Amino acid sequence: MSVQTMFDKIWARHTVAEEEGELLLYVDRALIHEGSSHSFAALAAQERAVFRPRQVFAFNDHYVPTSGRERGVQGIANPEIRNMVIKLAANSAEHGVRLFGIDDPQQGILHIVPPELGITQPGLFIVGADSHTSTHGAFGCLAFGVGASEMMHVMATQSIWQRKPKTMRINIDGELGFGVTAKDVILAIIAKIGAGGATGHVIEYAGSTIAAMSMEARMTVCNMSIEAGGRAGMIAPDATTYAYLADRPYAPAGKAWDEAMAVWTRLPSDAAAKFDQTVQLDAAQLAPMVTWGTSPEHALPINGCVPDPRDAANTTQGAEIRAALDYMALQPGTRLSDIAVDRVFIGSCTNSRIEDIRAAAAVAKLGRAKVTAWVVPGSRTVQRQAEQEGLDRIFTAAGFEWRDPGCSLCTAINGDQLQPGERCASTSNRNFKGRQGTGGRTHLVSPAMAAAAALTGHLTDVRELAKKG
Amino acid sequence: MQPFTTITAIAAPIDEANVDTNQLCPTRFNKVPRGPQYAHVLFHDRRFNADGTEKEFLLNVEPFRSAAIIVANRNWGCGSSRESAVYALYEFGIRCVIAPSFGDIHANNCSKNGLLPVVLPEAEVASIRAQLRDRPGATVTVDLQEQTVTDPAGRVHRFEIHPVRKKCLLEGLDDVARTQEYRSRIEEFEAEYRAERPWLYAEKR
Repeated sequence: MSVQTMFDKIWARHTVAEEEGELLLYVDRALIHEGSSHSFAALAAQERAVFRPRQVFAFNDHYVPTSGRERGVQGIANPEIRNMVIKLAANSAEHGVRLFGIDDPQQGILHIVPPELGITQPGLFIVGADSHTSTHGAFGCLAFGVGASEMMHVMATQSIWQRKPKTMRINIDGELGFGVTAKDVILAIIAKIGAGGATGHVIEYAGSTIAAMSMEARMTVCNMSIEAGGRAGMIAPDATTYAYLADRPYAPAGKAWDEAMAVWTRLPSDAAAKFDQTVQLDAAQLAPMVTWGTSPEHALPINGCVPDPRDAANTTQGAEIRAALDYMALQPGTRLSDIAVDRVFIGSCTNSRIEDIRAAAAVAKLGRAKVTAWVVPGSRTVQRQAEQEGLDRIFTAAGFEWRDPGCSLCTAINGDQLQPGERCASTSNRNFKGRQGTGGRTHLVSPAMAAAAALTGHLTDVRELAKKG
Repeated sequence: MQPFTTITAIAAPIDEANVDTNQLCPTRFNKVPRGPQYAHVLFHDRRFNADGTEKEFLLNVEPFRSAAIIVANRNWGCGSSRESAVYALYEFGIRCVIAPSFGDIHANNCSKNGLLPVVLPEAEVASIRAQLRDRPGATVTVDLQEQTVTDPAGRVHRFEIHPVRKKCLLEGLDDVARTQEYRSRIEEFEAEYRAERPWLYAEKR
């Protein structure tokens, strides 16, 4: 057999048919959320049923409130938001789809829950109704987001038509410095290759830095592949992956585990496999990162300054920087660590896993929040674990709000949102104009950096804070 | 889906790079059912103040209110997979976006809804945008059968498109109907795949 990348192997194994280079791929698992109402409406319009309902998983996450959850769905004051939560439950029940509903003890974000339960496994092809489906690639599977029409097609046929993307390997080697995390790695990658740098490509992250990362950290890296334009992001499964998966509810056990391992261990890219593009990063050179503008590519080390449009390589770039600074209300040359924030958000499918919560708590312990700071765990499972560890009490003692799980202030459609002009240090994935609320201003950071900003009231180098602490 | 064959229409130049789908359709509008109301949603927060009055924005002024083509910059439609961004473009009247590159998911969403995404080299797209700024209201012709864009100066730019996508757009074909012809192939695939990976179909513990 020819030399193959991990992506090639998974792609080939899921190919059902081909028409002039467009391939029909079999989908193992599909992940949907309230926003999939458009897909269900299209199914209904064509009078179609979900073909393989047990391979579709539904999540109440985008529209659920992050407080007052004891009142259940009736506690959602806004009728339009409440209706989105109810509609997903109704559609899931009608089609026999497993719903992780608002009251489910395992409720959470669609990119947090499937890995926790072992629904996400190596070698799978997973399609999600959300661009951050790339998260699941951390397990050595192919996973990407699609729009409503393609999701409707997946639900109706358990398959999808695709052209084969190109491949990109990003190697990161060396040891990350103190205070430098997976979030900083992926922001540095996006700053280096650009928000469209991986368009049309599936990224495989490799190298000693990635190999040393936990599954939580790998998920953070793969999560933001889409912010570099990547079709998907993936990481070869290894001992860390298998240790994480063992004993999860949907993971194989006993003899089935051995059968699965026989498949999984053959997945990593062959040593001589060729990639269409290769990018190299030195982990030791990385610092905690923050974004200053309105695209994730607008990221710099925290010890840097807001860029000056007059220093841009050309007039187009200069105009882009000027427009971003205008929206962000920032002056060129301002030290990033001098930027005051009004709010702090720790959460989202990028950074709401137990390790993220622990990292933020370790910093929160050093002081008291000067601004409104929210911690929103990614799932009930993360929430319970954190509470068992006493992390919730660390946050509340430090003046942070410990809330209930959901997408919350990342996508800002459940009622949680910034007011116009408010500035937020956020562990989420997008600093687009208006993303966290109309007129809101977002600075993307790691969980530790977000907690540090909460304690000082401005963007802060967590390494300095920890030294003083 | 409505077929796309050829159009000659007013084209609007949007110079901004990395226009994300949040700009095309702010998230709070995602829950709006598909329909004509999406015309108002396109670039909503860039087009309207909180009180509903209009802001200064290209698509708020004639002749660009009547545009059916947008000539954009790199990485158009990056970000969220929301198809509502396409509903907003379509209901506003846009049938084709020409750009040096697109967010992959958005480009797929366009072509599944009868809206043609055309990729041309950066310099060519920049030159078309410059012409449109110099002559507001100038028209561009997009011919899918011939795979050409004719700019206001009469220059013809050829573009690539996958033959299957081209056929689906030209004929307004529905993907699900096409896939149903593969139903038995899918079921054969499943039988063999399930035998190899039975644990994927076991009851959870």
